[in-house]
Amino acid sequence: MSAETTSDRMSEVSKKFGISPEDYMLPARHMINLLNPDGTLRPENEQGTEPGHEYPLPSPARLMEAYASLVTGRRVNDQNSALVRQGRMAVYPSSHGQEACQIAAALCLEENDWLFPTYRDTVAVLTKGVAPMEVMTSFRGEWHCGYDPKAYKCAPMSTPLTTQLLHAVGVAHAAKLRGENTVVVAMCGDGATSEGDFHEALNFAAVFNLPVIFFVQNNKYAISVPLSHQSAAPSLAHKAVGYGMAGERVDGNDLMALMAIMTRAVRMAREGNGPLLIEAHTYRMQAHTNADDDKRYREDSEVQAWIAKDPVTRMKAYLEDAGLLTDAAAAKIAQDAEVVAKALRDGMNQDANTDPRELFEHVYSTKSTQLAEQQALLVDELDREEA
Amino acid sequence: MTATTSRVNPNVSAATARAAAKAANENQPVTFGKALNTALADGLLADDSVVIFGEDVGTLGGVFRITDGLTARFGAQRCFDTPLAESGIVGMAVGMAINGMRPVIEMQFDAFAYPAFEQVASHVAKMRNRTQGKLSLPLVIRIPYAGGVGGVEHHCDSSEGYYAHTPGLKVFTPSCVEDAYLMLREAIDSDDPVVFFEPKKLYWSKEQVDLEQLARDYEAKKSAPTEGSARIARAGSDATLIAYGPSVSTALEAAKVAAEEGINLEVVDVRSIVPFDDETVCASVRKTGRAIVVAEAQGFASVASEIVARVQERCFHSLAAPVLRVTGFDIPYPAPTLEKYHLPSAERILDAVDQLQWEA
Repeated sequence: MSAETTSDRMSEVSKKFGISPEDYMLPARHMINLLNPDGTLRPENEQGTEPGHEYPLPSPARLMEAYASLVTGRRVNDQNSALVRQGRMAVYPSSHGQEACQIAAALCLEENDWLFPTYRDTVAVLTKGVAPMEVMTSFRGEWHCGYDPKAYKCAPMSTPLTTQLLHAVGVAHAAKLRGENTVVVAMCGDGATSEGDFHEALNFAAVFNLPVIFFVQNNKYAISVPLSHQSAAPSLAHKAVGYGMAGERVDGNDLMALMAIMTRAVRMAREGNGPLLIEAHTYRMQAHTNADDDKRYREDSEVQAWIAKDPVTRMKAYLEDAGLLTDAAAAKIAQDAEVVAKALRDGMNQDANTDPRELFEHVYSTKSTQLAEQQALLVDELDREEA
Repeated sequence: MTATTSRVNPNVSAATARAAAKAANENQPVTFGKALNTALADGLLADDSVVIFGEDVGTLGGVFRITDGLTARFGAQRCFDTPLAESGIVGMAVGMAINGMRPVIEMQFDAFAYPAFEQVASHVAKMRNRTQGKLSLPLVIRIPYAGGVGGVEHHCDSSEGYYAHTPGLKVFTPSCVEDAYLMLREAIDSDDPVVFFEPKKLYWSKEQVDLEQLARDYEAKKSAPTEGSARIARAGSDATLIAYGPSVSTALEAAKVAAEEGINLEVVDVRSIVPFDDETVCASVRKTGRAIVVAEAQGFASVASEIVARVQERCFHSLAAPVLRVTGFDIPYPAPTLEKYHLPSAERILDAVDQLQWEA
């Protein structure tokens, strides 16, 4: 491995991007926030940007593409929650309220880039291009992952917390050894930053100078435990500097700010400047899953206050004011979202039909005699059931 | 000094000296550690996607020197040191395997692998299954394990039971120099994750083995696969000792003493704990009618227990006596000066042989 040091790397970044190492490494004093909750663009001196943390605004076309995904994401979240209530789905960890984070994380990637999602990142996985019913396979309880991770460059949605961050590091390391131009986005929540693998993943990525963006959706609760019980750091973004990487803090309900930060982050990672940590401040509007009662651990007033910061209405207001979102465009976007929702409803209304014989097919590349015997036992049981 | 004469003996040409040295080498016994080192080098040569990493495997060549010289020979892209973090090492290997590499990683010591257990049990073992075969993880986790070397706490655990209990993992443990080479080559070539247990006490054991010939036979598929196949380490007729890894040599020692007393013991080396070779093990027990399972690990809820159950289920009508176990006691691995009381010895095996209900 190269004996590249953090300071060598920092001076590279300084030269290329005109940022001083200090400005690059430390998160901005305030979180980056470009749009007000009412959708108006904040004055430049109130955007939270400061030297080293300035970002070009995304183009109108990019913003419209992102907004369409946002609407679809919200529709999918609400459709899936309804399907759980109807008993059509075993469980669904809704990301209602966090859609902007997930859209930005997935949309800023290119075709060869990888995404490592958690169980709450359905919208990111959809945005990466995975077919809706394939995303939902695990939540309907049919199999533990319903899509081909290699085909979509999207890892299985991880249930254990932060373990997948290390897999992201490995994918980036393999790509780097082969000289491939791959960026990897690894997603996790605020609770996950307390896990040991979070530390190991960030440390490995920094030591090997790998193009991994660690994207933390700080939604304020790990099931019932609030952020104050999770970390005593000034912010989760500040954790980055201890590993020798830059940290960013961004309004996670501001799609424009998220797109701006992610676009620069992906470019910097792709150009060999190593890993980066992004902390997006957002809020989980619904319970952890349908099995959780969030009234036991948070006040309704707190939830209500976040409605005013909703990422969808905020972006909609901005695009309408800017004359980009016409009534016709809005209708088309809503119609496209409805197509996805209908496909989910129709898919979920069909019975799952995985062949139980398949239970033994994917344990090893070749079936052991022991597994073949157990498979024969099950087949015999099934045959007698049918007879 | 010119290049045309030998540095050792100026009276002979360098070529002659090299030929003589090579001939001498062929008659030199090979250590278990050297066989593993050669298997790693041959694995790196055979496939560009093989990479080796872990703590201390690079410049130092591993604390047991099993990766000695690999960084110098293949470069730091192929064999490199990582930060000291077992979960990180395994987790990164998962990602590299997802992205087309074949990582061979070292856990340094048995009990040091526990921080990585979540990665092994939750991801390494399950990735193929959860993705319905779309992702395979062709990686090898090398773990120097077991006792008999006077190691301090956390350096002598027999942890194979944890891994053998986890579906999706293969678990190998060689007990002789030839198998050290062949089984590691097979582990590297396997499309499934393999937990590869290297008995520490055997690292310095030597046997007369021609590694170059072994390599040629392996490449030409002339050697029989070791995966899922037990090996008859010693043929016998009166009772079967079933052992694996570090216990095979102890079982062979017991068999030698028993032979002097007129009892002819067969020793079966399990080799591949997962997948398990019921056929060879049971054929031996049916032939002899008596069996003892020998393992260093604690006996309760162990691989040894599983083998006893399998033999009992399959060979009940051939058995002249209950199948016995000789294992480590059900205690945490003891301090170095006490390990001799804990580990199964040849004497303890012979005592068990005496209990096999021999007719007077």
